[in-house]
Amino acid sequence: MQKRLHYLQDKLVMAIEIEQPSAHVGLSKVAVSDTHGEDSPYFAGWKAYDENPYDELSNPSGVIQMGLAENQVSFDLLEEYLEKHAEASSWGKGVSGFRENALFQDYHGLQSFRKAMASFMEQIRGGRAKFDSERVVLTAGATAANELLTFILADPGDALLVPTPYYPGFDRDLRWRTGVKIVPIHCHSSNNFQITPQALEAAYNDAEAMNIKVRGVLITNPSNPLGATIQRSTLEEILDFVTRKNIHLVSDEIYSGSVFSSSEFISVAEVLEARQYKDSERVHIVYSLSKDLGLPGFRVGTIYSYNDKVVTTARRMSSFTLISSQTQHLLASMLSDKKFTENYIKTNRERLRKRYEMIIEGLRSSGIECLKGNAGLFCWMNLSPLLQNQTREGELALWNPMLHEVKLNISPGSSCHCSEPGWFRVCFANMSEQTLQVALKRIQNFMEQIRERDGNLVISSQ
Amino acid sequence: MTRTRFALTGTSEQDTKPTTTSSRGEGGGTVMRIIVPLQGVVQGRGGLFLGSVIPCALFYFLQLYLKRHRSAPSTPPPPPKDAAASYPPSSSEGQLPEVSVLTRSFSRIHPSPKSPGGPAYVSSRVSLVLKGGDSPYDIGLRKVSEDPYHEAGNPDGVIQLGLAENKLSLDLVRDWLAENAREAMLGGGRSGEELNIDGIASYQPFDGLMELKVAVAEFMSQVMEKAVSFNPSQIVLTAGATPAIEILSFCLADTGNAFLVPTPYYPCFDRDVKWRAGVEIIPVPCRSGDNFSLSITALDRAFNQAKKRGTKVRGIIISNPSNPVGNLLNRETLYGLLDFAREKNIHIVSNEIFAGSTHGNKEFVSMAEIIDLEDFDRNRVHIVYGLSKDLSLPGFRVGVIYSFNENVLAAAKKLTRFSSISAPSQRLLISMLSDAKFIQQFIDINRGRLRGMYVKFVAGLKQLGIECIESNGGFYCWADMRGLIRSYSEKGELELWDKLLNVAKVNVTPGSCCHCIEPGWFRFCFTTLTEKDIPVVMERIRKISETCKYPS
Repeated sequence: MQKRLHYLQDKLVMAIEIEQPSAHVGLSKVAVSDTHGEDSPYFAGWKAYDENPYDELSNPSGVIQMGLAENQVSFDLLEEYLEKHAEASSWGKGVSGFRENALFQDYHGLQSFRKAMASFMEQIRGGRAKFDSERVVLTAGATAANELLTFILADPGDALLVPTPYYPGFDRDLRWRTGVKIVPIHCHSSNNFQITPQALEAAYNDAEAMNIKVRGVLITNPSNPLGATIQRSTLEEILDFVTRKNIHLVSDEIYSGSVFSSSEFISVAEVLEARQYKDSERVHIVYSLSKDLGLPGFRVGTIYSYNDKVVTTARRMSSFTLISSQTQHLLASMLSDKKFTENYIKTNRERLRKRYEMIIEGLRSSGIECLKGNAGLFCWMNLSPLLQNQTREGELALWNPMLHEVKLNISPGSSCHCSEPGWFRVCFANMSEQTLQVALKRIQNFMEQIRERDGNLVISSQ
Repeated sequence: MTRTRFALTGTSEQDTKPTTTSSRGEGGGTVMRIIVPLQGVVQGRGGLFLGSVIPCALFYFLQLYLKRHRSAPSTPPPPPKDAAASYPPSSSEGQLPEVSVLTRSFSRIHPSPKSPGGPAYVSSRVSLVLKGGDSPYDIGLRKVSEDPYHEAGNPDGVIQLGLAENKLSLDLVRDWLAENAREAMLGGGRSGEELNIDGIASYQPFDGLMELKVAVAEFMSQVMEKAVSFNPSQIVLTAGATPAIEILSFCLADTGNAFLVPTPYYPCFDRDVKWRAGVEIIPVPCRSGDNFSLSITALDRAFNQAKKRGTKVRGIIISNPSNPVGNLLNRETLYGLLDFAREKNIHIVSNEIFAGSTHGNKEFVSMAEIIDLEDFDRNRVHIVYGLSKDLSLPGFRVGVIYSFNENVLAAAKKLTRFSSISAPSQRLLISMLSDAKFIQQFIDINRGRLRGMYVKFVAGLKQLGIECIESNGGFYCWADMRGLIRSYSEKGELELWDKLLNVAKVNVTPGSCCHCIEPGWFRFCFTTLTEKDIPVVMERIRKISETCKYPS
């Protein structure tokens, strides 16, 4: 008999246990592996939020989502633009543009959109680097871009070196289908988690000791979860390192437009330009509109590579992850509008900076210090003085009440592979200011409780 | 379908070699040429000693020499002559704003001197993607974009018959979009609501909005004439049928395993299944004598041959309606397939992307219908669908995985993070698909136009003495041009293809691209034409065929 239509609630799938099916037809190793990582605390927190989401009016005691790096502070600017520019989102009759938009889907993407992306990337860097639209490869999000680059630069069993702490999603994006490993470059709070040449060498040697071939270094600049840009001198050192080892460098600059002050972000593109692009074929930049424009639902990512083979290969492989031509059309005019983008970038920066200052101040008045940050949608909070044990378990023992009692979903440093327990990533841009104040109040109460519980607790400042 | 450029044109770029062995490779051959004769010349025990030492010493000095003189090429790599030049490929409206450039040269603002150590290693996939000369498929597409036919503006241009884009009913979609797109996507406008991007800006479920799944399920049922209904909770949406096939490849097979695929097949399956998932395709030949229909015997033979070779077969991919032939699989075959799959304990992937583009008298039967009717083992059946063909919207990137296997659905859902459909497009499509009147109208009119076009095109070819296999669905005619090829071989076929492309200026797909085992068959797509173009096409082919009549 025909099945009845059965409407399920559409929820983000969490912590799925994949077992071998009892009907004996087998699935692949990829299908049954847990490399998707959805069983980790990072995602468990989201589940708690999903089940009990905070709402100012209808659920004021719900869980506040501070684990999702989404930028909602500048939506009004986008809405205003779209309001004023109807042609971006529609097709007039007789506009010859339509044929290209609906029918046309070639892995090159709309030229106008690639040009717009290149120009936008240039603007974000204050014109200090040039981008050629011919080198822009479009993908459905930076997630796909990072995975695609990994497929291109490494074979299964090879490794990429990634500085810790890093975005938990890398474990899945860089490893799951690609079969590539991540070997961490350990960074420490003693120098504000900056990458050092020694750490690079040590990671490389770690890989060698395990008989694993290193194919590249992948950095995120500005860093997630640190919320800080990488210094020029460090970039130079990383470039020298990858040159010496003759490996690739992937620079994920997805937060480049979210630096609070334009002058503080140095892109690897600028460093290359200063070197006259000598030896630049090993460098590839990943970008996306999900963070800077706050449009993760649009699924717009890009690979920018200085390596012709990589560009060609990536372009062909992007067939698996193309952006809707309609979306490209919609965004092309917006991103080519220099007046709009200039204003947007400036205003967005300013608003993020204000948010950042708000949260830092609020945390400080509760006696909590954060890493000095200058970018991104989150801050890197140090709760190590509160840990009963300076271990991962100790950290989770603090994270648990944070989630279930204080009802804040923040991301524990261990899911970011931080080598020091007690650090947490706290997002501040995916909520209204009021909600942020509520969250800060809850933290304040929580800290007071702890102080009462523990008597003379000294919270050292960084 | 998305066009694929399979390879670079003969390029002057070096192959990437891992740096550690780049010189040894050359040195080794040279050395052997020295050692062997030397060992012959110097004989006896002393000879053995000298015969070893001297070559070693020579080898050592050779290495030294090579190291010192390894050239550091200082010229920047020439821009790859990518078939990239060819886009946009298929408009018959003359020059488009997106002007195609003959050779895309990469920017000179990044002249990049190569490092003396040679380039950094890139994965083995790169050479797979770039390798060889261009395939006819690529070359054809490029030629079209360089010189696209336009009735008024470029009447001598190359006519595109190599790409399955349905232009016949584009006006319907365009009109709908002109009326409704903005509001559908953003809200606001007429009803006075404020424009709001909240619903489309934020992260959405990667496997698609439930509303769109519901709408797509309904659409699928509608195009299949309500013979079966689809459960939205068994749907995973992704950015096109291309990633749908790839995701299934990743879920159902490990690297090095294989799928059985009846030939001739859609050329891009090779890409979808192999490039990143690393799964092999074992072709299962179908023959003209059977009208290229699938036989279980052939499947069985192919399966056993694979087994003997030690290749593990994990599934079968069928296309129904098939591309390029346009066959519909009948119930008997579908049952047979299910039995076979159960016997071998493998999966079936049924690519039904042309299900709504049937135009003949035969009944289309979806795998879903068969499963519904009987108590078959459902866990091994997965259907691929998309909106690119039936709704003429390849640009929007909407593909569907429909599975009866909970675990496959769960895994596929997670994998869609790498290929999600853009939210504004989802919103727009929800609106379009929910416009029941429009959709029914579209389906009916489109079918009528497809049928009309097909009949005329086939008749035109018939007048030239070219017969086609009877097709009941899809955008293609599968034409028998064996009478026109000089030698009954792939070479002969490609010669004819070349004539068609460069002399007749008609881009068609040669059967070898589709892995057809019989040479001389060609795939013509008729949906990129208007009725007025048909006589033009036929005339051009006629001229060629006059020069090709070889005594058999």
